[in-house]
Amino acid sequence: MTSLSLRDVSKSYGAVNVLRDINLEIDEGELIVFVGPSGCGKSTLLRMIAGLETITGGTLEIAGERMNEVPPAQRGIAMVFQTYALYPHMTVRDNMAFGMKIAKKPQAEIDAAIANAARILQLEPYLDRLPKALSGGQRQRVAIGRSIVRDPKVFLFDEPLSNLDAALRVATRIEIAQLKESMPQSTMIYVTHDQVEAMTLASRIVVLHGGDIEQVGAPLELYERPANTFVAQFIGSPAMNLLAAEVLQGGEQTEVRTATGGHAIVPIASQVSDQGSSVQLGVRPEDLVLTESDEYLLSADVEIVEALGETTVLYFKPKDGEAPLIAKLPGIHSIKKGTTIRLTAVPEKLHLFTDKGISFLYR
Amino acid sequence: MSSIAGTKSRLTWAVQISVVVLVALWVFPTVGLFVSSFRTADQITSSGWWAAMAPSERNDTFRTAAPDTQVQENGVWVIQGNLFEAGSEATISSWGTSSRDISAYQPGQTAETRGGGRLTVQADGAYRMESDEEFSGRRGQRVFVTATSPPEFTLENYNNMLFDPSNREGMTRAFFNTLTVVIPATIIPIVIAAFAAYALAWMEFPGRALLIAAVVGLLVVPLQLALIPLLKLHLAVGIGKGYLGVWLAHTAFGMPLAIYLLRNYMVGLPRDIIENAKVDGATDFQIFVKIIIPLSFPALASFAIFQFLWTWNDLLVAMVFLIDATGETTVMTKQIVELLGTRGGNWEILATAAFVSILVPLIVFFALQRYLVRGLLAGSVK
Repeated sequence: MTSLSLRDVSKSYGAVNVLRDINLEIDEGELIVFVGPSGCGKSTLLRMIAGLETITGGTLEIAGERMNEVPPAQRGIAMVFQTYALYPHMTVRDNMAFGMKIAKKPQAEIDAAIANAARILQLEPYLDRLPKALSGGQRQRVAIGRSIVRDPKVFLFDEPLSNLDAALRVATRIEIAQLKESMPQSTMIYVTHDQVEAMTLASRIVVLHGGDIEQVGAPLELYERPANTFVAQFIGSPAMNLLAAEVLQGGEQTEVRTATGGHAIVPIASQVSDQGSSVQLGVRPEDLVLTESDEYLLSADVEIVEALGETTVLYFKPKDGEAPLIAKLPGIHSIKKGTTIRLTAVPEKLHLFTDKGISFLYR
Repeated sequence: MSSIAGTKSRLTWAVQISVVVLVALWVFPTVGLFVSSFRTADQITSSGWWAAMAPSERNDTFRTAAPDTQVQENGVWVIQGNLFEAGSEATISSWGTSSRDISAYQPGQTAETRGGGRLTVQADGAYRMESDEEFSGRRGQRVFVTATSPPEFTLENYNNMLFDPSNREGMTRAFFNTLTVVIPATIIPIVIAAFAAYALAWMEFPGRALLIAAVVGLLVVPLQLALIPLLKLHLAVGIGKGYLGVWLAHTAFGMPLAIYLLRNYMVGLPRDIIENAKVDGATDFQIFVKIIIPLSFPALASFAIFQFLWTWNDLLVAMVFLIDATGETTVMTKQIVELLGTRGGNWEILATAAFVSILVPLIVFFALQRYLVRGLLAGSVK
């Protein structure tokens, strides 16, 4: 059942369009992650769903009802803010009760809802404390508890982990994943710029870039079958290597030769007419392996070696006008800086994009 | 590096010295007023307030009792009594009978008087004058004494100025009149300005920026400019001179700064908190009452202190808008001005009146001073 749908939603400040024709259907029980670089409009889109920003075009429906003009409180949403936005002069209990008190719910119902949220988030010992007496992680849990108490149709999270330190971020991320599992019917929309959060939490990821949706899909679908070079480079770390190449022969499989002399037969279909056209060959750093044979993909000078123990990351000296290339090899390698090495990859792991950056799979 | 450290320490010294100077500038007159208000007129004229804790020495002239009080004892005519009033703790260190040598004798010595008598004065002021012949004349013998009095403080000034209903120049009525002016003149502008500040900080409406600019512009309008037009307006609409008029005037004159300060503070409150309250379903009024007001308490308190002190010390606005010919609604500042005119020499009265008028601001300031700096800074520095 569709829980939330966006149809041709756009947002403009005067003449500046920050979001264009966003179309998205979200089913009940999904955890959707909006991910993208700074300024891509992901937070604006979330705030439009929450009702904190006006919608300048298109339709927003929550549970089948048009919500464009409905005030935030009546949309059936709850929002967790990046800064927690706890009321500093109220105890944890009063923070959680605020919305229900405004709605004039009976006290017994309020108490039951708070007890339930406190139990889920293990906040019982802190109910009578003020926010300033809590740690960052506890404050974040209170903010989440406040949204649980509202019993919303859709939970909205606006970068909830970005104010936490690294260790706490991992722990809280797992807590959110567990929270989602304990409430399978609830729909959640989660905004982040951190692709690890996106990959680990999402049932589907929405990649936004410059006000457009680049791709929507399950995390591994985005990793394995990116629709364009932006998604390919945004998902995965380090980013995917893109090599300028030329199609030698199209068909069921595509034979390409890279500008630096590498050669590969990619098991991706192409037109015979593509022969001779310039394309971009994508290969993830972790898919590259060392080779001695003449059938290599890449031959380059090592500029920097980062030995991390579990992996060894190699940075290659970029050729003129090209982005630096990276290889991530498992285990420990005794490769010296300045040596020239040859790398190749399993053909199934290669990606093929047109010179405009569109994947051959989605062409 | 050493030069930076040197600069810093010199600056610290400058700060500390100026703090000491400021404290001294404030403390000396205040303590002086406080001490003087507990001294008698005689003590104030004979020594400064800083000598109040030391015994005071002064020269004085007394007369013995008149000859018609003389009695005959064993054939000798005797006049006796005490130079000082009953209860005096003064001690005579020396005395004389001639204005040319006022310390000719020690206590207990006997002097020959020009009338042929023998006068003995004790340290506590008791005297005995004997003569073989009957004393004549109408007046007693003059005695010049140098006496030392222990420090003495009195509540008489306060009793006189505050609790004596027959004293037309007392401060009690003026004190309560001042309170009647000041309390509403502090509360009304804060209430109005808080609402206005919230609207100007957090509510979207056309012309908001212009309104804020107008408030800032009104900050620099001098009060004197508006006195006469405003009074004419009050008289025209029938408010006339009285408490209502002075409350409205203080409210109007205090409002630009109040709105400006509170708006700057409120706009610095985190946007997320207010948006979260909106998601929680709170109306603007509920956000204002339940979130903004409690969080703005430092700013409200600091403005309240200012407005209170200004209206408490105000003379001009009260003179124009309140005090009429009957003088029934006089305030303390006006009362002190009157006292300066009619009782300019009576320092004990002036000191008492002045101290009564600064007592309440002192209490208010020390009770709320921790909000003062916080409230003022919080609006300007995020």
